Amino acid sequence: MDLTAVIIVEILYTIASLIIISSGLAVIFGMMKVINFAHGEFMMIGGYATIIAVKSGINIYVSILIIAPLVVGIIGVIIERLIIRHLYGRLVDTMLATWGISIVLIGLATMIFGNTTEGITTPISGWQIGDYRINGYNFFIIMIAILIVSLGYYLLKFTKLGLIARGAMQDPNVASSLGYNPDRIYMTTFFIGSAFSGMAGGILAPLVGLTPNWGTAYIAKAFITVVVGGPSIITGLLSSSTLFGSVNQIFSFITTPVWGEVALLVTAIILLRLLPKGITNSIFRGKL
Amino acid sequence: MQMNRRKLLKGATALVAASFISKPTFASGDTIKLGSLLDTSGIFDAYGKPMDKTARLAVEQINASGGLLGKQIEYILYDTQSNMALYTQFGKKLARTDNVDVMHGGILSASREAVRQTFRKRNIPYFYNVLYEGGVCDRNIFINGITPAQQVKTLVPAAVKKFGKKIYVLAADYNYGQITANWIKKYAEEVGAEIVQTDFFPLDVADFGSTIAKIQTAKPDMILSVLVGGAHISFYRQWAASGMNQKIPMASTTLGVGNEQNILAKEETEGVLVAYNYSQELPNALNQKLLADYKAKYGSIDDLHSTAVSHYEGILTWAKAVRQADSVKGADITVVLEAGLSIDTPSGQMTVDAKTHHSILDVHLCEFRNKKMEILESFPQQQPLDTQAVCDLIKNPNDNQQYEIKI
Amino acid sequence: MQSISQKRLVSGVILALLAMYILPNFIEYSTLSLLIIYAILALSLGLIWGFGGILCFGQAAFFGLGAYSYAVFAVNIGESSIPFILAILTPALFALILGAIMFYGKLSDVYLGVITLVVTLILFRFANSTAGPEYAIGKARLGGFNGMPNFHTLNVPGMPDVYIWDLDFYYVCFILLIICFISLYFLIKSSFGRICIAIGQNEQRIELIGYDVRKYKTIFFGIGGGLAGLAGALYASWAEIVTPGLFSLSQSAEIIIWCIVGGVGTLSGPILGAVILGLLKYYLGQQSLVDNNLVIGSILVLFVLFLPNGLSPALANLWVKITVKTKSRRPNTRRKKVSRAVRGIHNE
Repeated sequence: MDLTAVIIVEILYTIASLIIISSGLAVIFGMMKVINFAHGEFMMIGGYATIIAVKSGINIYVSILIIAPLVVGIIGVIIERLIIRHLYGRLVDTMLATWGISIVLIGLATMIFGNTTEGITTPISGWQIGDYRINGYNFFIIMIAILIVSLGYYLLKFTKLGLIARGAMQDPNVASSLGYNPDRIYMTTFFIGSAFSGMAGGILAPLVGLTPNWGTAYIAKAFITVVVGGPSIITGLLSSSTLFGSVNQIFSFITTPVWGEVALLVTAIILLRLLPKGITNSIFRGKL
Repeated sequence: MQMNRRKLLKGATALVAASFISKPTFASGDTIKLGSLLDTSGIFDAYGKPMDKTARLAVEQINASGGLLGKQIEYILYDTQSNMALYTQFGKKLARTDNVDVMHGGILSASREAVRQTFRKRNIPYFYNVLYEGGVCDRNIFINGITPAQQVKTLVPAAVKKFGKKIYVLAADYNYGQITANWIKKYAEEVGAEIVQTDFFPLDVADFGSTIAKIQTAKPDMILSVLVGGAHISFYRQWAASGMNQKIPMASTTLGVGNEQNILAKEETEGVLVAYNYSQELPNALNQKLLADYKAKYGSIDDLHSTAVSHYEGILTWAKAVRQADSVKGADITVVLEAGLSIDTPSGQMTVDAKTHHSILDVHLCEFRNKKMEILESFPQQQPLDTQAVCDLIKNPNDNQQYEIKI
Repeated sequence: MQSISQKRLVSGVILALLAMYILPNFIEYSTLSLLIIYAILALSLGLIWGFGGILCFGQAAFFGLGAYSYAVFAVNIGESSIPFILAILTPALFALILGAIMFYGKLSDVYLGVITLVVTLILFRFANSTAGPEYAIGKARLGGFNGMPNFHTLNVPGMPDVYIWDLDFYYVCFILLIICFISLYFLIKSSFGRICIAIGQNEQRIELIGYDVRKYKTIFFGIGGGLAGLAGALYASWAEIVTPGLFSLSQSAEIIIWCIVGGVGTLSGPILGAVILGLLKYYLGQQSLVDNNLVIGSILVLFVLFLPNGLSPALANLWVKITVKTKSRRPNTRRKKVSRAVRGIHNE
């Protein structure tokens, strides 16, 4: 009984962390149909920003939720203005350019921080569930994921900003002819997407050892989650994260974390073969 | 016939090559070349960087005292970037292009096996100065690292006595982890303890959430960690974050080898039981001198760990052998070393075991207290019994393999 | 027309042979061998991407598979000829199966990218977790993270004791590269190749004409896989070890960068890109002032922004300009303008 509760918490935690690590990518892909391959490195920078902030005495939650997103968001906008802006409409070229950016960022981080492992301690102590102790930080991650999803849903569904964004998503020409500058919209989107990436890095930083190429471990997972999710940002993210998270954790419990990950990847292949344009292109059509 | 054809092929290419290549490739010979391969960047740099530092210290000290055979030592290091493929690449470079006189280095067992044959083929003596899983039987290699018969045999019974009989093993998924896990099983069974579960983790696994829940289901009396490298450090962090460090005690064959305690928080390592050949807390004069020298050269002794010290001692052992043999040739120093060369080092006396080319050394049972390895008990002059049981280089000088324990 | 291009091919091959003899004077032959192996690997992606319009994010999967197959069979057989052939056939077969799954499922663009990426990741994870003694094929322990050292390296066919090493190995690699180049040259000129190029430019049109696009794409993909496998086998022989790192994402990325820098849509481009960037990486590795990644990444970004066709067409244009200026006007410069069109097809 207690074990079931623990497993459920672990599954929820995995789903939540998938949502968190994919949200930045999902925003940018969903709005702009751009795959940001530097997403993992944005996370890495968010992680470093958090660690530096914490080590210089700033509150850890402030570091994770405000400093990391802000720093990465600004870096994201600079990159968007300098490079990605020139490549809109060229899917493969944007992908390659952001890949290049990701490599540059790894190089920069190596030169600045050195190729060593950095880390901070988790701020929340363990929780007791029956006979079991569980990492209290898991609950923080689950909470943040719920917050991200509901906030995103609210913004898109009920605010004017969301309406403009949805319009631009469906047809940028119409949006621009109605007087909304698509350039501005794209810039804002990229800022928000990058900020989410940065926050994801900040959130995960206390759990892992951070190295300059740490982000590469996540880009593939996030990439798969977003693409399998399909065109709807929130429903897509939610459905693919839930599916992959459950598969991953259940297999991890039965076997080892490695086979859990392999099971996730195999599921992705089967899904894409059956639903070539992602889950929300066939099921949940037209949802947000 | 076959050789003739080969010669023909070689001759033809040599002829062609000779007309283009004219630069000499042989060393001038006024220095003794000490080649080294270490991961001074990447996820194993916590091991490699201090090893590079102590190696430089050793070379500097030897050169300052007049060098070897009247020559200065030239230190040639390649950073293998925690990438096993780079070991073969740079290993070939050391052996074939740089023509080094000796090789000191390699950290993970994977890296040792990647280059061992390269140096054997060229008769360049190879000193592997790292704690490892035992069993390597090769007349060209000398190993002063502590092996399971010295470490696990000390650690497991002490841990069982202290914590209880149900052991949950977490091991890195490569040859070191796999073989060490088998040794743990053997020594645990000898004292009547039981291994409830052994989990292997690839070196890049950093999420241990499901594992921590699984451990609680198994309800062991203790955890035995054989985890390795930067990513695995996450385990100690997540273990403490779940609060389990208060409930289930831990022993480890690897924690502290890379001075992980300095990256981790105090409560994440507190009370963990380990057994090594070296601890900074050793009171002897040679250790105090090493600590002082290291501090003078690098400013801090925080990163000086047992592996770096055994690397330092390996170089000193080699230097002593060269002096005694009055030669740097592999064959000559092997004779001296096989005569049972003994040397006093910061971690105590070390004697070369002729049969196995391993080392007879002191083992110290320690506990982490406030990020320091406090010595609980010392076991002087332990034999490398594991390798001795399978390897006899006096009887079979041409043996060239790594034996594994069979269970 | 045919004769002019064949004349160019012949003069190109003669130039290459000349380069083969001169180069070892300037660069270590073991480094050169690696560059040549990279060039073959780059050709494999250059073929399917530049001419078939298939952007594969997992070309490293076939490279690694070739290397591992070679190592496994070499350990079991103890001679290099059969393993060498199997190291080409195994990845080719794997590519055929994977290609069939993707192309018969109508996957393209990003989704194709995801699948190839995921397959590479699975192979990496699997190869990385095979350290236990239970993972063995015949006598060959897969070794997990350790990789597999100590297998039989390339020997003269039929003579297991006569190894091809050092300078000889370099010549073998170089000649294989020339053979690959010539074969691909004729493949592209063949009717099969022309159909594949046409598919790369406009898939729907060819389908409507009545060709089975899926079949052509699958076979083309298989050829690319086999070629990457050849590079893998040579790499295994060169490095004397195979490790899971061969399947890594960064390995795949590097191949794509070589093609971009050299020029997608040409055969010489990928070779040029691989050699130049390989050399650059080698020289950057010897200094510690600037990080290797920083330079390689910047190059990729700059090329995508300012020279998306790559070096090879740019150099060719430059050459044409020079010759036109110095000599009398020639009627036709005959530069292929495929690359932009092929790359353009991905852009929705």
